[in-house]
Amino acid sequence: MFLKHIENFLRRQGKPLVKFFSGLGEFSLFVAQSVYNCFTPPVYWKNLWRQIIDMGFYSLPVVGLTTIFAGMVIALQSYSGFMRFGAEGAVASVVLISVTRELAPVLSALMVAGRIGAAMAAEIGTMRVTEQIDALVTLSTNPFKYLVTPRIWAGLIVMPLLVLLGDIIGIFGGYVVGVYKLGFNPANYINSTIQNLQAIDITTGLVKAAVFGFIISVMGCYNGYKSKGGAQGVGTATTNAVVSASILILIFNYVITELFFSK
Amino acid sequence: MSDTKIKIFNLHKAFGRKVVLSGVDLEIKKGESLVVIGGSGTGKSVLIKCIQGLLTPDSGSIMVDDQEVVGIKEEDKELLHSKMGMLFQGGALFDSLSVWENVAFDLLENRGMNKKDAKNEAIRVLRSVGLAPDVADLSPSELSGGMQKRVGLARAIASKPEIIFFDEPTTGLDPIMSDVINDLIIESVKGLGATALTITHDMTSARKIADRVAMLYKGKIVWQGTVKEMDKTDNPYVRQFINGCSQGPIKVEV
Repeated sequence: MFLKHIENFLRRQGKPLVKFFSGLGEFSLFVAQSVYNCFTPPVYWKNLWRQIIDMGFYSLPVVGLTTIFAGMVIALQSYSGFMRFGAEGAVASVVLISVTRELAPVLSALMVAGRIGAAMAAEIGTMRVTEQIDALVTLSTNPFKYLVTPRIWAGLIVMPLLVLLGDIIGIFGGYVVGVYKLGFNPANYINSTIQNLQAIDITTGLVKAAVFGFIISVMGCYNGYKSKGGAQGVGTATTNAVVSASILILIFNYVITELFFSK
Repeated sequence: MSDTKIKIFNLHKAFGRKVVLSGVDLEIKKGESLVVIGGSGTGKSVLIKCIQGLLTPDSGSIMVDDQEVVGIKEEDKELLHSKMGMLFQGGALFDSLSVWENVAFDLLENRGMNKKDAKNEAIRVLRSVGLAPDVADLSPSELSGGMQKRVGLARAIASKPEIIFFDEPTTGLDPIMSDVINDLIIESVKGLGATALTITHDMTSARKIADRVAMLYKGKIVWQGTVKEMDKTDNPYVRQFINGCSQGPIKVEV
């Protein structure tokens, strides 16, 4: 009788556990297959180009708005905060460091995850449930190379470019608030920004951006690819793509920062 | 060289605990049109997905042109698929591409044909399924169900496959459009000299396009023969199915 209870208990715990690990295995296989296909021909240039335009060009307004306000608010906050111990002069370098290392890559990636990760999951998910992915296979086309690889390359190429642009726009936002609201001397502000500019700030931001781009594309494609059961399944896939990508972005943001700066 | 195109032996497939195919044996001759009939959920779609390598069976063997498909390497799959064409139940047209790009997909992406020739070829194939050239530049979502089926058929035959699969080609169409599609299927299969495997539960369609009929029930082929033999057989499963009775050996699971 007692043993029966234990057995039932274990069975209840076991099922989700097995499901979790089989899901993890499936995901790992998907990532391995995607990466392998990234480096083997053929390349569908037209699809790659479409993804670069979708992910890069059409994300420009979102990334621009996000980073300019991030830069502006950091200037405002650090000014009023640093005034307490008379360090207002540090505003330019605080804006520089926080925008390039953290705000531009993380906020842009989260915005792009919402915009593009969702679109990827929805598009590929719909193709899955309407048998378009099976149709690709029957037309002698590898769906990984046709659908997944172009999106992953686009993520790796486009995100660093977006973040580089976000860096410039964010710093400009800080400059605008610094000079026109807080009354800094323009020449001094620019000077102090340039003097504090270090390559490592920019490069870590760009490394982060590439990793985030990979995460966004992989999560979007994976969730779309595995979706089943019609409209509801596609909806779930879309939600999962955005949520999982966002969480992974925040986790990897910490991990990469730790790798570069913990000494 | 034997005249057997596809030979299936003792094919098993289960999804978790749900057994779908439990020992299918089936042989399809070169140039023959075989129709597999059976109720919904009897594993007809799973059967053709196994033959195409879209699903991996649990055990058994599938030989296409004396070449084993079960456990085929990823690199060899493309060669296998270049022999095959498929008309999907819902059309499965790529909605990001125009009609002609759908039809010419294989020619453009895998055979390196230039755009102009591919488009001309697509228009020629579209015409052969009774569609006007001005349809070519439309998007698939702008077409009616019957037209989508025709475009799907055009895409399936555009690369001149040796084997064509039809997944419920007449489902969702009115009786007249069904007959038009049936005629087109016969015409295009005969025109190419291709081997055809159709799955359907539409008996009018089965009678029209089949050289031979096989009935799938509970994961096994329970009967096969020509259309004439089908009408004379006293096999209780076939009798119940073609007469559409709710009473008989086939129990509908609700």
